[in-house]
This record gives sequence, C-alpha cells and structure tokens, in this order.
Amino acid sequence: MHRSPSHLDKRRTLLKSGGGAALLAALAAAGLTPASARAQTWNNAAFESRNLGETLKALGVVEPARSTDIAFVQTPEIAENGAVVPVGVTSNLPKTESIAILIEKNPNMLAAVFDLPAGTEPAISTRVKMAQTSNIYALVKADGKYFVAIKEVKVTLGGCGG
Amino acid sequence: MADPMKIRASVVGDSTEIKVLMSHEMETGQRKDAKGQVIPAWFIQNVMVVWNDRTVLSAQWGTAVAKNPFLSFKFKGGAKGDKVTITWIDNRGDKRTDEAVIA
Repeated sequence: MHRSPSHLDKRRTLLKSGGGAALLAALAAAGLTPASARAQTWNNAAFESRNLGETLKALGVVEPARSTDIAFVQTPEIAENGAVVPVGVTSNLPKTESIAILIEKNPNMLAAVFDLPAGTEPAISTRVKMAQTSNIYALVKADGKYFVAIKEVKVTLGGCGG
Repeated sequence: MADPMKIRASVVGDSTEIKVLMSHEMETGQRKDAKGQVIPAWFIQNVMVVWNDRTVLSAQWGTAVAKNPFLSFKFKGGAKGDKVTITWIDNRGDKRTDEAVIA
C-alpha cells in the first residue's frame, strides 16, 4: 500500500499542533468518542501557572468562599511519601459541578480538575504528588459559584526529587 | 502502547462505584537524569468515563497526579452487566481506552 506524502504530513501537523485537544477533536471526528462526551480541553494556563492567584484566575475563580460543606476524606495529616499522597474530596454543596485539587507548594499548584455531570456523586478520590509539606485546596464549583476547603498535609519525604 | 487499566465497577446501593488504576509514568518534567538532563514531562492530561453513551466523569490532570494514577468515584444508576469505558490521553497524544462490565 502506498500513502501519499501529503497525507502523512497532514497527520503529523495535526498531532503536533494542539496536543490532547486536537487529538480529541480528531478522535471525535473519527467517531471514537461517544457523541455525548463533551469536547475535552486541557486548561494550559491553569496547569502551568506557578502561584495561587494566577491559577485561580486561569480557572475563572474570584475569591472562593471557605465552606464547611467540603470535606477531605482518606487524606492523611502526615504523608510519609510525597510521591503518593491519597486525597479524597467530598462536597455537600447542592449542584456541585466540579472539584479541583490544588497543592500550594508544588511547582504548579493545580493537580487535577474533575467535572461531575449531574448524576455523578460529588466525591472523588485520587493520589497526588507533593514536593513538600503544604496546604491542599479543594476547590468546588457549585451552582456557578466557587467554594474552597483547605487542609495541611505534612510530608516527610518529598515527591518531586531531582 | 501502555498497559491496560485495572478497572473495578460495582453496584453499591443505587449507584455504581468505579475504581481504576492506570499504568502511566506521570513524569513531572521537574526531575533530572544521571547526566543532569531534565526528564521531559510525560503525563495523562484528560480522563473520560462513559456509561451508556453518557459521560459520567471527565477530568483534566496535571503532573501532580501520582505515578500509576488511581481514581475512584460513584455515579447514580448502572446495572450489573452494563459496560463502562474509560479513556485517557497523555501530553504526547498517546491514548488508551479500556472497558469494564459492572459487577
């Protein structure tokens, strides 16, 4: 079989041009993702910013209110190994739409954003890396507004060693 | 091609609980190798979980998600025998999709 060079070039350009987003668009076009899946993006600005203000700005957040309706679960007070720190966040706020995890003293604060469609419980568990002892922010978007809960996790061995 | 995900999908009350372990380096781009060269960042950026043609979770991840990522959550509905598919895409454009049957 023979493929024309121009075809290959086009494909390379597509792969190079936009990382995940372009690929997802390509996958969607190829019918590999279900129609109901929302167009995926990766918030470059938010993930690459290096301080809290910039990260929040990139996420479109203005002064999130502290909330006692957000709880950390399965999250240790002291993590022996910063490379694997369990973090669980649950929200009792009505109409919780998304949960983001930020680690204040990591080189990039934003660790993850989870979008929760209606019907998905507002609770998420994962594992993160922590460079050092730090506050963890659980940022919840509920009914269009942002709320936050903060917990300090002490790290005895950093997870981003060089 | 990356190793398959380990997915457990089980009915808990009127919800389905998903637990998934992915196989990925999740390299931060902060580390250096023995020669002092920065090891380039290599990490999963997007995760999607689909049940019955419906997205039940979509996530964006940064480099701070731990190596071989773990994720757990629940969604309302789901019956034994239903299929759940999980897809991740990393910053190199690699992707992997795995399917599990709700037990």
